[in-house]
Amino acid sequence: MTAKIEPMVGRYVHVEIEGESNRIYFEENGAGIPLVCLHTAGSDGRQWRHLLADEEYTKDFRIIAFDLPWHGKSNPPACWNGEEYRLTTARYTQTIRAFCKALLLEKPVVMGCSIGGRIVLNLAIEHPREFRALIGLEAADFQAPWYDTDWLNRPDVHGGEVCAALVSGLIAPQSPQSARSETLWCYKQGGPGVFKGDLYFYRVDGDLRGRVEGIDTTVCPLYLLTGEYDFSCTPDDTRRTAATIKGASVTIMEQLGHFPMSENPEQFRRYIAPVLTEILRQTSLDKQGVHA
Amino acid sequence: MGAGSAHKTGPERLSQRGASVCLAKTTCLNSMTSPSNASGAAVVGVFAEIPALLDRAPELILRGRALDCQCLLRPMNMPFHVSIRQGRIIDLTPGPVPMRSWRFSYRASPLAWVEYWQAVPRPGWHDLLALTKRDEAVLEGDLHPFMTHLQYFKDVLALPRQRALAVLS
Repeated sequence: MTAKIEPMVGRYVHVEIEGESNRIYFEENGAGIPLVCLHTAGSDGRQWRHLLADEEYTKDFRIIAFDLPWHGKSNPPACWNGEEYRLTTARYTQTIRAFCKALLLEKPVVMGCSIGGRIVLNLAIEHPREFRALIGLEAADFQAPWYDTDWLNRPDVHGGEVCAALVSGLIAPQSPQSARSETLWCYKQGGPGVFKGDLYFYRVDGDLRGRVEGIDTTVCPLYLLTGEYDFSCTPDDTRRTAATIKGASVTIMEQLGHFPMSENPEQFRRYIAPVLTEILRQTSLDKQGVHA
Repeated sequence: MGAGSAHKTGPERLSQRGASVCLAKTTCLNSMTSPSNASGAAVVGVFAEIPALLDRAPELILRGRALDCQCLLRPMNMPFHVSIRQGRIIDLTPGPVPMRSWRFSYRASPLAWVEYWQAVPRPGWHDLLALTKRDEAVLEGDLHPFMTHLQYFKDVLALPRQRALAVLS
C-alpha cells in the first residue's frame, strides 16, 4: 500500500528586502496562472494547504504560499539583532513584490487574508499593473481595534496561548473542530512579538482610509470576500471599503469567520471557486484579444 | 480544596430557579432572544449550573489547573462572586456581597448571555470579546487572570451552550 503524499513542494528562495537578504520559505503546487497566497497576522503559509492540494485549481493555477520573514519556516533575517519586530506597509509591499520578482512570476494573482487582505488593497492602489487580479479575504481599509495588543507579548502571559485564545472567537462556530484546532495551532507556534508586530501594520501603519478610492479595477480586478462571523474585519467594514471602489466585487461568506481557507476549507471552496473561474475566463479572453 | 470537593453552588442556593428548566425547552430558549423577552432571572439560573457543568469537563479543569482567582461573572447588574481554585469553581455566590474583593469582572446583558449560549450563536454574539466589541458586555478590573486563561473563560462560560445543543438536537 502506497502512503498518501501531498503534492505541494517546499523550498527556500533568497529575497532582498530593505537592503537585507531574507531566506523565505514557500510551498507550491500546480501550473498555469501564478496565484500567490498571503497568510494572516501571526500565522504562516500552512493556512493554505487545502488550496495548495486542490487538484481542480492546480491544473490551471500555480498556487504558491510563502511565510513572511519571522513566520513559519522563514527565519528573521541574519542581520536581526533582536529589536522589536514591526511590519510596515512599505516593508510588506516590498516583500511581496520582491518575492514575485525572485520567482519570475508574470502578472500573478495575489490573494491575501486579514493583513494579507489589507496589503492587497495597497497593491491595488500602488502597483495594479503588476498583477492580474487581487483577492482580499477579510479585507478593509481600516477596522476598529477590539483589544490591547500589549497582551500579545509580555513575560507574564504565555504568548502562544493568548494569541490563539484571542483569535479563536474569529472562527465560525460551524467550522470543523479539527480545522479550528489546526488554525489555532499556528498561532500557538508563532515567535514572541510577531503577531503583535504584524498588527503594527494592521492597526497603525496600514490605515488606508481615504486612499482606496483611487483603486482602478479596470486595470486590475479586485475581489473582496469576508466571513459573516469575522468581528475583527466585519462584513460592514468590507462593504464600507468596497462602496468607495468602483467595480470592486464583494461577497459575504456564510458560516465562515476570519480564516476561511483554513477554518473550513470546504465551505471556503464554494466562495473562492467562482472567483478563480472568473479570473481563468478573463485570462483566456485576454489571450484571445477579447476585452470584456 | 481537593478535586473531589463539593462546591457550594447549585440551584438550591438561588431564589430564581427557572433557567435550568427554561434552557431545556426550545420554545422558551428561542423566546429569550428578543430583548423584550430576555429574562434576567433565567440567565441567573443558568449561571448557577455552570460549576456543575465544569465539574463534568475534566479537560477544561486541567487547562485551568494553575488558576486561582476571585472574579465577578455576571449578567448586567446581577453579580455573581466566583471563586476559582485550580480550575474549579468552588463557590458561586449571588451578590452583591459587601466588601468582597475580586480581580476582574465580566458582565453582559441578559440578551447577550442568551445569544452566547445558543447551540449555534449568531455572528457577533458568538464570542466574549465579540460581545465587548458590540458593547453588549464590559470587562473591568485587573484583566491579567482573564487574559492568561482567556480560552478557559471563553469555554467555561460557553458550557451552557453544550447543554443547549444536547437538549435541542
